[in-house]
Amino acid sequence: MSDVFRRNPRAQWIGRNRLHPLHHASRGEPERGPSGLLRKTPHNLSFIGPNGIKRIDRSGVSNDDASSRTKAKPAETILPLHQVDAPDFYILVVVDLVSTRLTTHDRDTLGLAQQLANSNNAKGAVLAVAFGELKDDKLDTAGIDRLIHFDSTAYQRYNPEQRCVDLCNIVNELQPKHILLPDSIHGGGDLGRRLAARLGQRPACGVWKVTDEHLLCRGADGKTDIIRPLTKILLVLEECCEPVSETRYQRRLLPLNHTETIINCMHDQGNLSVDPNAVNLAEAGFILSGGNGVKDWPKFHLVAKILGATEGASRVAVDDGYMPRDRQVGASGTWVTAKVYIAVGISGAVQHIQGISQCDKVVAINNDDKCDMVKRADLSAIGDSTAILDDLLNLVEQHRAGKNHQYESVNHG
Amino acid sequence: MPGKITNMRVSIMVKDNMALAQGISISTLVSIGEHPLSGRPRRAEQDARAIELGLKLVADKLHTLYVGPAQNYETESVLRSYLGMGLGQIQIVDVPQHTDVASILLDSFRANRPDIILTGGRAENGESSGMLPYLLADQLNMTIVASITAIVSIDKQAGHAEVLQALPRGQRRKIKLSLPFIATVDMAAPAPRQSAYGCAMRGQLVVKQSNECQEDVEQSQWQVNCAQKRPKKLKIITAKTAADRFKAATAKVQGGSGKVIYDSKESAQEILNLLISEGIL
Repeated sequence: MSDVFRRNPRAQWIGRNRLHPLHHASRGEPERGPSGLLRKTPHNLSFIGPNGIKRIDRSGVSNDDASSRTKAKPAETILPLHQVDAPDFYILVVVDLVSTRLTTHDRDTLGLAQQLANSNNAKGAVLAVAFGELKDDKLDTAGIDRLIHFDSTAYQRYNPEQRCVDLCNIVNELQPKHILLPDSIHGGGDLGRRLAARLGQRPACGVWKVTDEHLLCRGADGKTDIIRPLTKILLVLEECCEPVSETRYQRRLLPLNHTETIINCMHDQGNLSVDPNAVNLAEAGFILSGGNGVKDWPKFHLVAKILGATEGASRVAVDDGYMPRDRQVGASGTWVTAKVYIAVGISGAVQHIQGISQCDKVVAINNDDKCDMVKRADLSAIGDSTAILDDLLNLVEQHRAGKNHQYESVNHG
Repeated sequence: MPGKITNMRVSIMVKDNMALAQGISISTLVSIGEHPLSGRPRRAEQDARAIELGLKLVADKLHTLYVGPAQNYETESVLRSYLGMGLGQIQIVDVPQHTDVASILLDSFRANRPDIILTGGRAENGESSGMLPYLLADQLNMTIVASITAIVSIDKQAGHAEVLQALPRGQRRKIKLSLPFIATVDMAAPAPRQSAYGCAMRGQLVVKQSNECQEDVEQSQWQVNCAQKRPKKLKIITAKTAADRFKAATAKVQGGSGKVIYDSKESAQEILNLLISEGIL
């Protein structure tokens, strides 16, 4: 179809005739002038307010029909596709995949790999190797040109020896120009060093900046910067490079040519369930924190135990002697990084809010709906903390019982 | 099904293994640490934890090795602080600065290979790449396991041991691995005991000269500066229109969705839903 504007005289006539039965239905459509220009209809801008007075909402906040009609929807843009069909060389990246998704560290590493592959008009391809399950929904914008995916059940567990052998096979077959791994505690640092020892290559560890010929890496446990020539194997730190954006990549799946299974000397026996209160407060993933508003401390401890949460406290609770000093959360205590932080009876002093700035989801249970913690929280429960904790306990028990019941019925069936 | 393990239970299990570790030879590798702020030489934190782990298993039969320049006051005082933990002696291989330590250690371990080598994850000075245990493991054909916090059991007859590995968020993974192995010790391992002065004075430093040292040529070409502060990542605004750019520059960041609920039953349900969606329950 051509883009030439065709006039629809009938629709225009209906638009003019306010008594036409189809007039109101057609009001949503954009009106065009005789030359095809979009025309603004001043009659459609307004709506009738609660007192029967005509109102014009210019803030764009209201979601009512009339105003949403005037708002233009952002068009869904399709990002351009970066295509490499016959790459001159490969840049190998081994991604960490924490809980089947790419981490930000992975994305930074892939960004650096794209920079190395495309600098100085080179035509390289970024080859990502993923071990285990991969369920990332934004994989196409991560910067992966080619993908090798090891997805058998053996890779669901910790088997660095097998992974190292697989990587060696890939390196021997494709001869990548550089090998990049995140220097992380999620397995990248370990695997990269294994691979480097096996290949007999000296890696650059703790790399945080890459220029054309030189690397800048942290030495002496972070106390010095070492400037050294570019190496083949790079273990990179977080934020070493901007992750790619505004482009899609092919992520074409490459077949596995050589697969060899080795006899592992290490066997993963699974994770132990650790006592949540033995976990360091700074690295705990789920914290239940109590403050001045907690009246029933035995209940608080019981809830923490049943939910499996690490216990924290505000300064007031520590000063009053309800919790030990090492449990204090905040600028004068521990800066926490929990995924979920539940604050019971904490109004939110500035120091406390600073200490929880790294937390993902904050839940406030408080009497006062105007306190600072409620302003910070993603979810606030206003009311008596004991009653809310009681209800929460009941629900958790029901939830667990339901789960067990389901499990049993599956077993019997 | 793994049982619930508290710190106390682990320490009891390790104590029981004192008997199990009979006939096991354990070596630890130590280095000279450096205080992060003052830069003064000190016990390297992770190496001291490795010695602590070894001492708990085999007491004073622990074999300890240091390779590096020995003829100066600082080195001796640091090595004495290791001795003060209860070691009988430390073997020293005296080599000049910037020598390839791995080749000397390889020669030493090829002559008599221990069942377990314990060491810290990375040095506190120099390149600090953390490659040494991996190089040794590869050349000596030993298993390597990174960042352990405890050795749970050792079975010399069957030829395997069980260790606990530190994972992020305070989690622990149990790994069964075959002897002989090299393990790097994590900071989450039990804190090292204090160094006792008398013990440090009684202990012996046995110095051996090495004549086949290769200098690390590559490292001498690097330029080493004080660590500069890393630039903070900027928030990149990819706004297409002027209105969007204006909004991004002026709009105040709103603190989450901020749902407020006044009913206790309803709020408990919402909290439960949040815990389930975050994968905690």
